[in-house]
Amino acid sequence: MSKYLLDKFLYTVDRDPDLVERYRSSPRELVTWWEDDRANAVLNCHSGEASTWLRFTDDERQALIGHDHVRLFELGAHPFLTLTLFIAMFERDNTEPLEYQKAFGARLAHFDMPYPDIAT
Amino acid sequence: MASIVAVIASTHHPFYYKASTATGEDRPPFADEWERKILAFRETLTRANPDVLVMVGSDHFHQLWLDNMPQFLVGKAPFYDANWYNEEREFGLPRMLLKGQEDLSAHILRNGLDEGFDLAFSNELRIDHSITCPIITLRPEADLPIVPIYTNIFAPPLPQPSRFVKLGETIRQIVEQWPSHLRVAIIGTGHLSLELGGPRQFGPHGPDPEFDRRAVEWIASGDLDNCLREVTLDSLHSPGNATHGFMDFMLMMGVAGAGAKADYVDTLDLFHTMEAYFTWYPTQGGVR
Repeated sequence: MSKYLLDKFLYTVDRDPDLVERYRSSPRELVTWWEDDRANAVLNCHSGEASTWLRFTDDERQALIGHDHVRLFELGAHPFLTLTLFIAMFERDNTEPLEYQKAFGARLAHFDMPYPDIAT
Repeated sequence: MASIVAVIASTHHPFYYKASTATGEDRPPFADEWERKILAFRETLTRANPDVLVMVGSDHFHQLWLDNMPQFLVGKAPFYDANWYNEEREFGLPRMLLKGQEDLSAHILRNGLDEGFDLAFSNELRIDHSITCPIITLRPEADLPIVPIYTNIFAPPLPQPSRFVKLGETIRQIVEQWPSHLRVAIIGTGHLSLELGGPRQFGPHGPDPEFDRRAVEWIASGDLDNCLREVTLDSLHSPGNATHGFMDFMLMMGVAGAGAKADYVDTLDLFHTMEAYFTWYPTQGGVR
């Protein structure tokens, strides 16, 4: 269980316009590259001063590759990060205001309180 | 000593800027009423004629991240750039540059530490919409120097609600003891019931109108006793998964003082959230 790494993926991809586009169009390529190249980057450090131990579980990797925001919610990824990035990728396909946002919520309708724990 | 000329608490809806500047077919049907309410709310700050703004908000995973997460952080810098790429992208927010009031930042940090709050600090802080939204609604000229104060309402483990209240009370005391002739307004933004990224998001109202009704009553009447009795870190999950932002309202109730009735109260029932606007006009050492 690496909620922190899921959040780190969502956070670092969301803030980079090129990565947002790559994640939208080629999720498998982007997730694979990110896990190999970026997962262990300490964000405030220069190259060479990275961590050595961070990796996704198979389940987490598949949820990211599948753009499966329902599974990410279940796994305890921070819902603000998931929502923000997924809006960035898919709101553009809306045919009416808030269409994607409402559908995103509707796909989570089977979750009751308490929601999955997001503490990292 | 400095005088606190206004205490203001509100929601920070990031879509206000876009809604209020939209024209023609792009202008949403609720924009006119929203803008009227904001202009009336803005007047409550304008008439207080402040020189300095202490701005309480919460970074939304912009500069502050899980590898190094402070609970309470005070900015101390001569300038603050503001708004982030993903806020431009999603909300159409403009880039901004605000001046800092470093003397007051230093005073709050020194005295906050001495009063038992181990405040983090930042000498280079890019602020986000939790602080720029109230600048846009209350002081769009963005001409007054600020002291930004960030709270963690976002990344558990969070401080207890009572700690937010206590910090608000402490900020009030510290600002009142600032050796300055300047007029200070303390402004903080949070949320009522709110759901983000969960099944109850983007409904026709906020996710829990009953919580919102009670919350507005607590804030408007300064009812910290009942608010603290009913609100816990656990209970805040129930009105909506982002409702911990209500603790910034509790912080502002601490600034205003227990039992302090707000001099100005307004609300707006929007899709997704209940918006709420409160202003107090304290007098030195007591409540008017």
